[in-house]
Amino acid sequence: MSLFDLKLSEIHNKLHDKELSVSDLVDQAFTSIGEREDRVKAFITLDEEGARSAAKALDSKLASGESRGLLFGLPAGIKDNIVTEGLRTTCASQFLSNFNPVYDATVVGKLRQADIVTIGKLNMDEFAMGGSNENSSFYPVRNPWDLERVPGGSSGGSAAAVAAGEAYFTLGSDTGGSIRQPASYCGVVGLKPTYGLVSRFGLVAFASSLDQIGPITKNVEDSAYVLQAIAGYDPMDSTSAKVDVPDYLSALTGDISGLRIAVPKEYLGEGVDAEVKETVMNALKVLESLGAVWEEVSLPHTEYAVATYYLLASSEASSNLARFDGVRYGVRADNSGSLIDLYHESRSQGFGDEVKRRIMLGTYALSSGYYDAYYLKAQKARTLIKQDFDKVFEQYDVVIGPTAPTTAFKLDTQVDDPLTMYLNDILTIPVSLAGVPAVSVPCGFADGLPVGMQIIGKAFDESTVLRVAHAFEQNTDHHKRRPEL
Amino acid sequence: MSTSKYETVIGLEVHVELHTNSKIFCGCSTAFGAPPNTHTCPICLGHPGVLPVLNRQAVEYAMKAAMALNCTISDVSKFDRKNYFYPDSPKAYQISQYDQPIGLNGWIDIEVDGKTKRIGITRLHLEEDAGKLTHVDGGYASLVDFNRVGTPLVEIVSEPEISSPEEAKAYLEKLRAIMQYCEVSDVKMEEGSLRCDANISLRPWGQKEFGTKAELKNMNSFRGVQRGLEYEQFRQAEVLDEGGVIVQETRRWDEAQGKTFSMRGKEQAHDYRYFPDPDLVSVHISEEWKEAVRATIPELPDARKARYTSEYGLPDYDAAVITASKPLADFFEDSLNYTKDAKSVSNWIMGDLLGYLNANNLELSQVKITGQGLGEMIGLIEKGTISSKIAKTVFKEMLESGKLPAQIVEEKGLVQISDEGAIKSIVEQVVANNPQSVEDYKAGKQKAIGFLVGQVMKESKGKANPALVNKLLVEVLNG
Repeated sequence: MSLFDLKLSEIHNKLHDKELSVSDLVDQAFTSIGEREDRVKAFITLDEEGARSAAKALDSKLASGESRGLLFGLPAGIKDNIVTEGLRTTCASQFLSNFNPVYDATVVGKLRQADIVTIGKLNMDEFAMGGSNENSSFYPVRNPWDLERVPGGSSGGSAAAVAAGEAYFTLGSDTGGSIRQPASYCGVVGLKPTYGLVSRFGLVAFASSLDQIGPITKNVEDSAYVLQAIAGYDPMDSTSAKVDVPDYLSALTGDISGLRIAVPKEYLGEGVDAEVKETVMNALKVLESLGAVWEEVSLPHTEYAVATYYLLASSEASSNLARFDGVRYGVRADNSGSLIDLYHESRSQGFGDEVKRRIMLGTYALSSGYYDAYYLKAQKARTLIKQDFDKVFEQYDVVIGPTAPTTAFKLDTQVDDPLTMYLNDILTIPVSLAGVPAVSVPCGFADGLPVGMQIIGKAFDESTVLRVAHAFEQNTDHHKRRPEL
Repeated sequence: MSTSKYETVIGLEVHVELHTNSKIFCGCSTAFGAPPNTHTCPICLGHPGVLPVLNRQAVEYAMKAAMALNCTISDVSKFDRKNYFYPDSPKAYQISQYDQPIGLNGWIDIEVDGKTKRIGITRLHLEEDAGKLTHVDGGYASLVDFNRVGTPLVEIVSEPEISSPEEAKAYLEKLRAIMQYCEVSDVKMEEGSLRCDANISLRPWGQKEFGTKAELKNMNSFRGVQRGLEYEQFRQAEVLDEGGVIVQETRRWDEAQGKTFSMRGKEQAHDYRYFPDPDLVSVHISEEWKEAVRATIPELPDARKARYTSEYGLPDYDAAVITASKPLADFFEDSLNYTKDAKSVSNWIMGDLLGYLNANNLELSQVKITGQGLGEMIGLIEKGTISSKIAKTVFKEMLESGKLPAQIVEEKGLVQISDEGAIKSIVEQVVANNPQSVEDYKAGKQKAIGFLVGQVMKESKGKANPALVNKLLVEVLNG
């Protein structure tokens, strides 16, 4: 058995009782990595030396009996688009293959404060653009449940590392489903917080109005612990919300009697795999048995969500990624021509196809003469999509459906068909556009592959989302199954 | 001159750096003159992952400037990204304001040839400055200094209501004075804290539609703006006279050659792809906030000028010159704490002070004279302690040393001689030594007395009371 199968609170107690050391935990991480990483490919950069010396320092802190938090000593992986001072941060792009940040992201600072151990930086789709991890410019991540299959994306490394027991928990980022969809494919718990709950300072921006950092864990309780550590107002992020962060742990009561669940018919309609649908319906029955009631509702603008998302996210990305020109950091093309040639060559060589595709799409959408028809129209559609949720939340506590229309698909089957690939996010994108929180929890298996249930809540009501997920988890054991590797 | 056939239409875009302590979106210093790239951080350098946080002081300075220009202040203002690739912009976009600027629909009054004209101000918006590029001789490299990147700027756009290069200069002078009075900027064109681009077009008198405009850049002084516009006015008139068409383009003013040159045409104009910056939230400006900022606006140049003419009886022209510069107007008022003779203070400022500053290309802050010095010196003249002539020496000494006049007079022994006996003996001596002049005087040549007065003054080393000299000389000559 892996130490990482222990619950966070169990590890905490064992550390306290000196049955376990931080070095043991870090050993566990690197043992698993040694056994599995050549097949899973979840990491881009490993920091074994740094992790071991951090473990030593924490162990002496432990010995001296200094007070410690609940995340103390936990080996964590950080998605490679979250900057870490002095630890290479590539965004899975060759463009940044030599980039060592000079500062820590706010979330990284908070986790260091909580005495976690960073073991490395996690693979992802380049600049978080993609849903299969095949857009990593290093190598694709494999799904630990079936190495022929994708782990989902863009936080594929973050989900696979947890599923494979290579890290105790990880941080991912979610712009249109990038935490939830890989969590679903890999059978782990992935939470996308409300936009503004977790600071974006130090997250390399893809689409600034949508990006959120969140935890990927083996169970809901751990998710609540990690969220507790990273949530809260950050004066360095103007879009971070000035809200009181509740005690998420106390929300995990197991009691969901009387809970009102909305199930959008659009989330179980065309394009959703029959087995996935059945698995989620069975999960709803579990919730029903716990005293919840569910009804079918409509989120009528769902069909516009994907188009809206690709216009807005790409527009923002076209501007956010303009700073990568090879001049001040990153890889500069070997070019002695003009300034424009230098920009052109560096960007042509540095970015992968999907990134270029979105930069072009976004540039086009923002261009003079097209702005109103595309960007502005998409903003209006976004408002309508958000209003769909507002309306439903007047009568219901949560919205539930599948996280993704299918289970993990095989590598190389969609990579040449971006439009089909984009549809994998059809159930997660509306949530991102609305800015509300959602968690994906394992709710069963279809053909031996994990299926995720998405529980969506009101803005800043992570407590309810986690309470429902936790109650479900308490009454099922899908989350306890481990892939055979 | 062929320009008389055409009406000139000019609009100005003026950038004013706000002298906040720190930059607009990070905590770096905005001080001028530091070694290159020392006032920088990951945020203003646009490193991956950084986010901007708006400096409240910059918003308040912009509000203050907008109010002083009679703008309406927006209740909700937002920031947009202006996208372009250039090495002076590390993010490859500038955070600016597109459709919801801080201030809208203002105006200022200018005076040209004694006539007042109101020039409309379309908008005032807040944005971040770019870095500074230095092109190395030989053109093999360009150096970038990011100290300036992120310095808060306001861009002030005028209506196309300026009708001559002279008016343009008057507009700039008034704008500079207002910014200076508000104490939101150093407004030094040579340090780049005030910069001006101009749009200029011509149209036949009476035509309603605007002609095709050219945008002028790279004018580094007020005089440069005026000269550039004069040249461009002439160039466009010539093209039109020859039946040509004006091309819409951006032109660069070359100060040395005194000409403008085409930089880029309309087809090469940038598409900046403005869109709302998702990293920043809208700025909501409450009535309370507006009033709090409004309360910090001091008396502005127009009001001061009106007061100087009505309260002190200064001529319009003198009042305009003195109030065009806040330090000068402050100096004027400071002097009046030490003398009641405003007209006299004004005369000394208009004559000796400005003459000295202009001749030596200095600013008031670079000379040591104080208002107290000038005020007290005028007092000494009134009391007859020194003559006006001696005062000129005292004044010059005050400019250089900053000493008070009483001290200078004492140290240099410049006290006026008003003792009749002492003067009379000099007069008698001069009369005795200049028989020819005495004869001339007696023969009716009034001029001769001037020579004799001069001789007495010379003998007394300028210290003799001139009125007494005159009186005693006449007595001696006629006696």
